Amino acid sequence: MVFLKNPINRAWLVLMIATAITWYLGEVGAAGTGAIVGMLLIAFVKGRLVILDFMELRQAPRMWRLLLEGWMLLVGSLILLAYWLSLR
Amino acid sequence: MNSIAAEPAVTARRLPGDLAIWFFILAEMLAFAVFFAAYAFARASHVEEFNQYQQTLDLNAGALNTVLLITGSWFVALAVQAAHRDEQADISRNLLLGWLCGAGFLVVKCFEYAGKFGAGITLSTNTFYMFYISLTFFHFMHVILGMVILTVLWKQSRKGVYGRYDANGLESGAAYWHMVDLLWIVLFPLVYVMR
Repeated sequence: MVFLKNPINRAWLVLMIATAITWYLGEVGAAGTGAIVGMLLIAFVKGRLVILDFMELRQAPRMWRLLLEGWMLLVGSLILLAYWLSLR
Repeated sequence: MNSIAAEPAVTARRLPGDLAIWFFILAEMLAFAVFFAAYAFARASHVEEFNQYQQTLDLNAGALNTVLLITGSWFVALAVQAAHRDEQADISRNLLLGWLCGAGFLVVKCFEYAGKFGAGITLSTNTFYMFYISLTFFHFMHVILGMVILTVLWKQSRKGVYGRYDANGLESGAAYWHMVDLLWIVLFPLVYVMR
């Protein structure tokens, strides 16, 4: 398919599927450690696609790519820590 | 050590747009990081309240808005690609489509706010709503700024300003618009779904 040859189109498709999964997890009321880790992983994958393909940081100086990916990791870790504290 | 020297000189790494916009984006993202962490840690001491009131949020509206922002971001990325190919009409068309996605986001959000404010919910109703309203409204203002930027880019693109040799302004504005999308990608699961 010609559509899928463009990495931007592939990124959009994966982002749509990932959004549907998060919506579904909310719809069925998924809760607890597994659900939280899963949703954070999905958010990380989505964020990375936006950073690398939409923002075009894949070919940018590494520092910028790492700064933005690092932001995703930092935010994800802080959220995970806070949720872990709430589950104890 | 030798292997480093032996590596072929791959295409030069290039940061799209102006360096300044990336510093601005970073500053914005750090502010949101503090806000996201504040939400998560405030929740840790109000778990029941957060879980209860989170269920009053419109999951479908939140997911629809995610689709709109991601699709808007995709159109703007396509506009940048069109500029690199020098296809002028494609640049303007994709910017316009991206703008319309942003407008759709604002409409959905306004309906959501109307429902909440209509039910008498305010910033001082409880901790959860304080975070829900302030976080989403802070983001809402960023969407508006992003749309102002897209309007400027669209006007410029109609004059044929962007092309293969100069897409700097377009890339800078696009990077900001993608950031607005990136922030929502964290905000949506955090505030609407995670429990």
